[in-house]
Amino acid sequence: MIRFDEVTKTYSRKARPALEGVSLEILKGEFVFLVGASGSGKSTVIRMVLREESPTEGEVHVLGQRLKALPSRRVPFFRRNLGVVFQDFRLLNNKTVYENVAFTLQVIGKSRGFISEAVPDVLRTVGLAGKASRLPHELSGGEQQRVAIARAVVNRPPILLADEPTGNLDPSTSAGIMALLARINEGGTTVVMATHEASIVNEMQKRVVELEAGVVMRDEASGSYRRQLAVHAEEEMA
Amino acid sequence: MRLQLIAQEVWNGLRRNLSVVVSVVLVTFISLSFVGAAILLQLQINQMKGFWYDRAQVGIYFCGPVDATETCTQTAATPDQVQAVRDTLSSGAIAPYVADVQFEDRQLAYQNFMSQFGGTASAEFASPDTMNEALWVRPTSPQDADLIREATSAMPGVLEVRDQRALLEPIFQVLNTASLAAIGIAVLMLVAAVLLISTTIRLSAFSRKRELGIMRLVGASNRFIQTPFIIEGVVAALVGAVLAAGSVVAVVHFFLQGYVAPMLQTIAIVNLDDALLVAPVLIGIGVLFAGVAAAVAIRRYLKI
Repeated sequence: MIRFDEVTKTYSRKARPALEGVSLEILKGEFVFLVGASGSGKSTVIRMVLREESPTEGEVHVLGQRLKALPSRRVPFFRRNLGVVFQDFRLLNNKTVYENVAFTLQVIGKSRGFISEAVPDVLRTVGLAGKASRLPHELSGGEQQRVAIARAVVNRPPILLADEPTGNLDPSTSAGIMALLARINEGGTTVVMATHEASIVNEMQKRVVELEAGVVMRDEASGSYRRQLAVHAEEEMA
Repeated sequence: MRLQLIAQEVWNGLRRNLSVVVSVVLVTFISLSFVGAAILLQLQINQMKGFWYDRAQVGIYFCGPVDATETCTQTAATPDQVQAVRDTLSSGAIAPYVADVQFEDRQLAYQNFMSQFGGTASAEFASPDTMNEALWVRPTSPQDADLIREATSAMPGVLEVRDQRALLEPIFQVLNTASLAAIGIAVLMLVAAVLLISTTIRLSAFSRKRELGIMRLVGASNRFIQTPFIIEGVVAALVGAVLAAGSVVAVVHFFLQGYVAPMLQTIAIVNLDDALLVAPVLIGIGVLFAGVAAAVAIRRYLKI
C-alpha cells in the first residue's frame, strides 16, 4: 500500500534533514501509529504520501504508484484515493455539515444522485445523522472532527491519513474518535495516524513506528508509545 | 452539477471583491474605449483618403514668362511643349494610368483664381498674364499620381507638377498622430487593466484559501480549481468591454452621425456600420486579455 525506500528529505535552509534514510512498508488494512516528538518527521511522512512533498533521495510508492514518476497534473486524481484528517479539522465554516461532506464529492465531479446517497450514509457511519444541517461552529470539537472524518472517507479511499486528529480534543472525545477510526480500519481501510498522545497509542495496541530526528527508531507490531524499559536497559548495557 | 458549482463559485468571488471588480470594469471600459477611438480614427482616415484621393488631381503647371528653373528659360511654354506633354500622357506607357486630362489656359486660371481669392490683397496684383497654363490630370487611381509626375516633371516647359494629395497629407498626419496617441493611452490602460485583473484574481484566491486547500486535498483537478477564477476575470472584463463597445456605438450614432455629420456634409464620417465592426473587436480584446491575465495569475498563485 505504502512503501518508503531509503527516503531522505533535506530542506535547503536546514542543515539537518527532516527525514534520513527512512524505509517503511505499510500493508493493506493495517493501522499504523507514527509517533515521535514535534519535528521528528511524522508530518513529513504524511505529506510525502500525499505527494505534497517529494523526497530529496529515495523512493515513495503509494497504491502501486511510484510518486516520483507521477506527473503533477495526475496528482489530483491520485489524491482521490487518499482520505486526510487534520488536527484543525479544516471545515468550511459557511457550509453545513452536509455541504462540507458533499463539497468533496462535487469538486471531483460525482453525480447528484451519488452524493445524495453517499453523504447521509457516511454521516450515519460517523454518528452525525441528525446534524446534517448544522454549521461547524454549532458543533463540538469532537463532532467537527467527525465531519472531517466523514469528508475524508465519503469517497471510500483505500488509505486514510490522520495528522494529530485528536490534538485539539479532550481524552473522552478522543476515545470516541479513535473508536471511529478503528471501525473504519476494520472495514478494510488502511489507517496511518501521526500522534504524540501516549495513552491513545497504548490503548489501541496497534503497530507503532517511532521517528526521532527524521530516523525510524522503532517499528513494533503491537507496541506502546514508549519503548519498554527492558529494551532501554539492554541498549544501555550494550 | 459541476457547471452550477462553478457558476456559484464565480458569483461568490465577484460579490466578495465587488470594489476591485468594479475598478476592473472601469479600467477595462476606459482602456477599450481608447482602443475603439484609435480604430475609429484609422477608419476615418481611410475613409477620408478614399473620399479625397478620388477627387485629388495632378496639376502640371507650365512655365510663365518670368519663371527660371531647370526646365523654364524665362519664356512661356510654347504650344508645342504643351502638346508634347499631352502626347506623353496619351502615350502607351502612361495612358493606362490617366483617366482624364483638362487644359486650363491663363484666362480660365485667372477666373478660378479670382473666384477663390477675389477681394483679397493678392488678387489686386493678379492678371491673366501672371497665371500659369496648366493641365489637370485625374489619375486612374490615386497611387498613379507619382508615375504621372515622374513622366512629366522633367519635360521642357513644365514648371512644376503638383499632386493635390500632398495638400491633404498634413490633415492625415494630424489624424494619424491622434490615433497613435489614442493607441498609446490604450496600451497603458490595458497594461493597468491586466495588472488589476491579476491582482483581483489573487485577492479572490486569497479570500478562498481554505476552499482551495480543501479542493486540492480531496483531489479536485487543476482545471476545476482554476476555471472559476478565469471566468471571474473574463466576466469583469466583459462587462467593461461591453460598456466600451456600447459607448463607441453611441458616440458614433448620436454625436458623429447625429451632430457632426450634418454640419460637415462634404466629409464622409465613420458611420454606424464601422462602429458595429469595432464593437466585437473590443469585446474580443477584452475577453482575450482578461482570460490570459487571470489564467496566468491563478496558476502562479497556486504554484506558490
